[in-house]
Amino acid sequence: MIEKTLKGKPAYWIWLAILASVIAVGWACYFRQYVFGLGLTGMSRDVSWGLYISQFTFLVGVAAGGLMLVLPYYIHNYKEFGRITILGEFLAISALVMCLMFIMADLGQPLRGLNVIFYPTPYSMLFWDMCVLWGYLLLNLLCGWVILTSERKQVPPPKWIYFFVAISIPFAVSIHTVTAMLYCGLPGRHFWLSAIIAPRFLASAFAAGPSLILIACLIMRKYANFDAGETAMRKLTTIIMYAVIINTFFFLLEFFVGFYSEVPGHMHSLQYLFFGLEHHGEVYNNLVPFMWIATIFNFVGLGVFAYMKIAKVFDYRLVGFGSVLVFLALWADKGLGFVFAGFVPNPLEEVTEYYPTLNEIGITLGIWATGILLLTLLYKIAIGVEHEVEQ
Amino acid sequence: MNNKRRKFLKMAGATVLAGMGAPVLVKLHGTAQASADSEPAPAHAADSHGGGHGHGEEQNAGIRLGMVIDMRKFYDDEALLDEAIAACHLAHNVPDIDERKSEIKWIWKTGYGNAFPDHSHNRRSGSVENSAFPVLCNHCDNPSCVKACPTKATFVMEKNGIVSMDYHRCIGCRFCMAACPYGARSFNWQDPRPFITVYNPEFPGRNRGVVEKCNFCSERLGKGLEPACVEACAGTGAIVFGDLNDPESEISKVLHEEFTIQRRPAAGTRPSVFYIV
Ligand code: SF4
Ligand code: SF4
Ligand code: SF4
Repeated sequence: MIEKTLKGKPAYWIWLAILASVIAVGWACYFRQYVFGLGLTGMSRDVSWGLYISQFTFLVGVAAGGLMLVLPYYIHNYKEFGRITILGEFLAISALVMCLMFIMADLGQPLRGLNVIFYPTPYSMLFWDMCVLWGYLLLNLLCGWVILTSERKQVPPPKWIYFFVAISIPFAVSIHTVTAMLYCGLPGRHFWLSAIIAPRFLASAFAAGPSLILIACLIMRKYANFDAGETAMRKLTTIIMYAVIINTFFFLLEFFVGFYSEVPGHMHSLQYLFFGLEHHGEVYNNLVPFMWIATIFNFVGLGVFAYMKIAKVFDYRLVGFGSVLVFLALWADKGLGFVFAGFVPNPLEEVTEYYPTLNEIGITLGIWATGILLLTLLYKIAIGVEHEVEQ
Repeated sequence: MNNKRRKFLKMAGATVLAGMGAPVLVKLHGTAQASADSEPAPAHAADSHGGGHGHGEEQNAGIRLGMVIDMRKFYDDEALLDEAIAACHLAHNVPDIDERKSEIKWIWKTGYGNAFPDHSHNRRSGSVENSAFPVLCNHCDNPSCVKACPTKATFVMEKNGIVSMDYHRCIGCRFCMAACPYGARSFNWQDPRPFITVYNPEFPGRNRGVVEKCNFCSERLGKGLEPACVEACAGTGAIVFGDLNDPESEISKVLHEEFTIQRRPAAGTRPSVFYIV
């Protein structure tokens, strides 16, 4: 099936070329970082995790979000998702590959990465995160490939694969739960030390994953002659809408706990994110614009989807608009604010702000481009097979 | 003083010996694992809770090294503190990086409110308000950094309770830095060697990409020496070092006589460094 990636219109090749050049820049930046050390990033003694870990956290959610297609189709037998379930599985694969690359980019000693396997440490959540991420990646590779192969041969998939599809469902939940546990089990980091982190992660994942799939569907509808079907897309917007509502609700609960209890530790990070934190006469607020833009995007995106439901209209442009807004809002929430604000203030109540360096941004973009390239190739295969079957 | 010193050396020697065949009473990783260990809830000695002692009373058995920092000795003598810090950083090849972003520090000076955010209020005495407090790794009895580390590169030495590091195993994931509620850990964001002016060949240098922190001078204890910072304050009694679990040790006596506080006790890590303020 790989050969399907080798044929395409010029636009396809131009797209791949653009991605490839971003990847090349990413590798050049990584080479610099590899030679010098992580000092080339904006991370510091106080903010010891930066863009890499925050992108990782966000992308685990994107990977888990594929569940919102797999679950209705396989468990509830929702046939409309038949054409796009494979897209969810392939999205999970690309997102997980990006996750693993972000982890590698973040390690101070990448060559020792295998120590996590040589010295397995079950009381460390990072160990379990590695286990579930790899497990989910392999499950999706297996299920995606087997199901697509049978589709191509126009035979029903072998019965045994449903066993693996079934276990991939709790796995999807577990990858994001365990990723939340990396944060929410740490004493002394008040912003993360909250039982709502895991549910909030899941809610935002179930919005971010499907909105990316919707965006991909719209692009492929325009350029690749692939129609996911209006009913399926409608259903996805409903799923996204509810997930966004739940995520927003959870987030507002954090606000309530912080600002009603007025326990300083529970307010500081939120203050830093949304209003700026004043400390020794200086105001630290570099994330404030991002968070407010994200808030606006979040509610406008929600409004768009709600309008489509209430007014009973369906418009591809509205779907695209809403999905992009929601995706960006959730990216800012988890891919920026959540991780960086956890380090503000530091355990000694000092404030250090984090600004990623150009080199770091180069690596980050390179990894995103790698993931998108992989996603493009995988989707090309999936669509190629569908077209072949239709003929 | 001489007598005191001898007593200390005896203790240090015992530490080394005890390491050979000490019964493995020290639980490697506090509460998370405690329930998995078969002993039927030994930690919850009900009576120790009864008297309103609150949390932080239970502790691991075996030798547990700790430190009492007597701030009364430092209030009027910040130079003494500077000497202690310099001695530590010299003994351990700690690079001197000026930039706050990449700095590495094992023991350093900070304000009272920074060291003790949980105890801070705005009606502090003048000496507390205006003095520098030394902070370092607390060698916690229930260290969250050890729980977080995915490779056991950070671990508790069973023979003496020191939270130690293996610089050759550390993968530089910095999970331990996020997990430590005291900001005790530093990461080598770059090659530290150009920033070391005087190199001490007796202590291993670090590569870039690994985490480091105070090791309670385990390398010096092995040779029967006191920690470098303690030695720098010799004769003043500003820092008392010893076995917290030995009722006869000097540190136990000091702790018995004086009122002390720990940094962020609410984090549940049970620090082994105490302060007389
Ligand atoms: S102070 Fe921090 S680094 Fe030191 S033992 Fe405690 S948790 Fe670990
Ligand atoms: S940085 Fe090193 S010591 Fe810290 S958690 Fe990672 S492997 Fe362990
Ligand atoms: S005990 Fe040793 S390593 Fe720790 S601060 Fe003192 S001199 Fe430095």
